[in-house]
Amino acid sequence: MVVDQRGDAEVDRLFHALADTTRRDIVRRAITGEHSVSELARHYPISLTAVQKHVGVLEEAGLVMKRRHGREQRVVAQHDALRRAQRLLDELEVLWRGRLDRMGALLDEDSAGGTT
Amino acid sequence: MSVTQVLKDTEKLTMTMVAEYDVTAERAWQLWDDPRQLERWWGPPVYPATFVDHDLRPGARVTYFMTGPNGDQPRGFWDVLEVEAPRRLVVQDGFADETWTPIDVMPSNRMVLDIADREGGGVVMTVTSSFPSVEAMEKLLAMGMEEGMTLAMGQIDAILAA
Repeated sequence: MVVDQRGDAEVDRLFHALADTTRRDIVRRAITGEHSVSELARHYPISLTAVQKHVGVLEEAGLVMKRRHGREQRVVAQHDALRRAQRLLDELEVLWRGRLDRMGALLDEDSAGGTT
Repeated sequence: MSVTQVLKDTEKLTMTMVAEYDVTAERAWQLWDDPRQLERWWGPPVYPATFVDHDLRPGARVTYFMTGPNGDQPRGFWDVLEVEAPRRLVVQDGFADETWTPIDVMPSNRMVLDIADREGGGVVMTVTSSFPSVEAMEKLLAMGMEEGMTLAMGQIDAILAA
């Protein structure tokens, strides 16, 4: 049962990521807004590197992602940004598949109809 | 099937699609350069496009409208940025109001076309669409596209099932 095993590993990562007060707080902040790592670090009595590590764990668990904003990287909750972009790109794919298939059909007419 | 590859980057909001055709680069270029041919593929069958001004030269603005099943006619335009016939075309794609004035600059999508020769004949056509933001993407896809796309998808399925 490969699928179940992968599912288990994902759940493990998720629970591990959330089994820490600081990380839970980072997720809470990432859901309501975009923050740079240094902005986040101001809220905790730990080093910037430690906060970066926490963000890394959350990223691996698929809870947050980093988004480039000008020169800085911002931490955002993944559910919103990523899934929305994913869905839109899927729609765009359908749109362009249609276009490229219609181009193909049009080109096929050349040989079939002998218009050229 | 014409499409051979699809690459989607959710972080860069970019989609690259690759298709192959058994024609010369010049013939493939006509699909974009001849407005009457362009009209036959740009819009889905239920949302056909009509190109009004069409001139593929840097600085030119190509204008078109689409006609929906309910008679709605959203207008769009391309600002032509780069042209290298029959190989490359770069345009900025957006929507316009009844007087052809661009409806804010935000929902504009950059489209890059590349036509390369395939080894042993035929061409590889690569189309890359990129968006400045998720909002821009949402807007473009919402404007007159969705309904037509759903219907077009049904038609594609019907063709595939036949």
